[in-house]
Amino acid sequence: MTGGVLLSGGAGAAFLIFAVLALAMAVAVVVARNPVHSALFLLASFLLVACIFILQQAEFVGAVQILVYAGGIMVLFLFVIMLVHQRTVKTAVTFQHQWDIALLFLLLFLAPFLYVLGTAKLPDVPANPDAFRMVDGRLLGNTEAVAWVLYRDYLLPFEVASVFLLVAMIGAVVLGKRSPERMD
Amino acid sequence: MTITINHYLIVSFLLFSIGLLGVLVRRNFLTVLMSVELMMNAVNLNLIAFSRRLSDLTGQVFSVFVITIAAGEAAIGLALTIALFRQRKTLNIEEADTMRG
Repeated sequence: MTGGVLLSGGAGAAFLIFAVLALAMAVAVVVARNPVHSALFLLASFLLVACIFILQQAEFVGAVQILVYAGGIMVLFLFVIMLVHQRTVKTAVTFQHQWDIALLFLLLFLAPFLYVLGTAKLPDVPANPDAFRMVDGRLLGNTEAVAWVLYRDYLLPFEVASVFLLVAMIGAVVLGKRSPERMD
Repeated sequence: MTITINHYLIVSFLLFSIGLLGVLVRRNFLTVLMSVELMMNAVNLNLIAFSRRLSDLTGQVFSVFVITIAAGEAAIGLALTIALFRQRKTLNIEEADTMRG
């Protein structure tokens, strides 16, 4: 396998199937009228993207994607949908009138994307099938390799992320518990 | 079937565009939040693909950070959803216009 080819053969076909399904689920998230349906389509999309991660030898990130997104965030979404029941939320129109702005933004993104896709040249790195399993010269698993980079090279961002999560937790508790008569 | 980095970029671009359309076009605050999650997922897809293409683990570590940020963002966004619903009895973002945005 040369440097430019990421997947070939059956893995490539699997990638195409997963990608098309994930995109279809994403479209369903945006189009579905019922938020519960949106949440379930989003769950399917997350799982398919996790499959794509695992195809790319990113097993740890795939597992984190399933645990955090499919396990944590989706449960949170479904709880909030349950709390905020839709009886009082019915609106006559699901979509707002911003199609023109949305299409303008899409064109603004599409032009530089196509330009970069056509012109950019990546350095020709030789394919190294063990790059994601090599720890300090020894052949271990992907989780060990990610941990090695995370705790050795990116320790400060890791600690900042933990502080960020603490701030998010306190913020969510404060926002969630405030009583309606005290909000003015 | 050979897959290069370009296939990944196209899939990721389409996923990001769908999320952007959802953010701009939908009225339900919950669906807008879900679309933001879709956009984060598209970014992760790019990070993983480039990580593989350049045989560099940094991309995988960064996508773990992106997932962390997405989790915090979802928690805050859903708390805001509940606060909005308590005050206005609606999730329609067009009715949350106190600041005349």
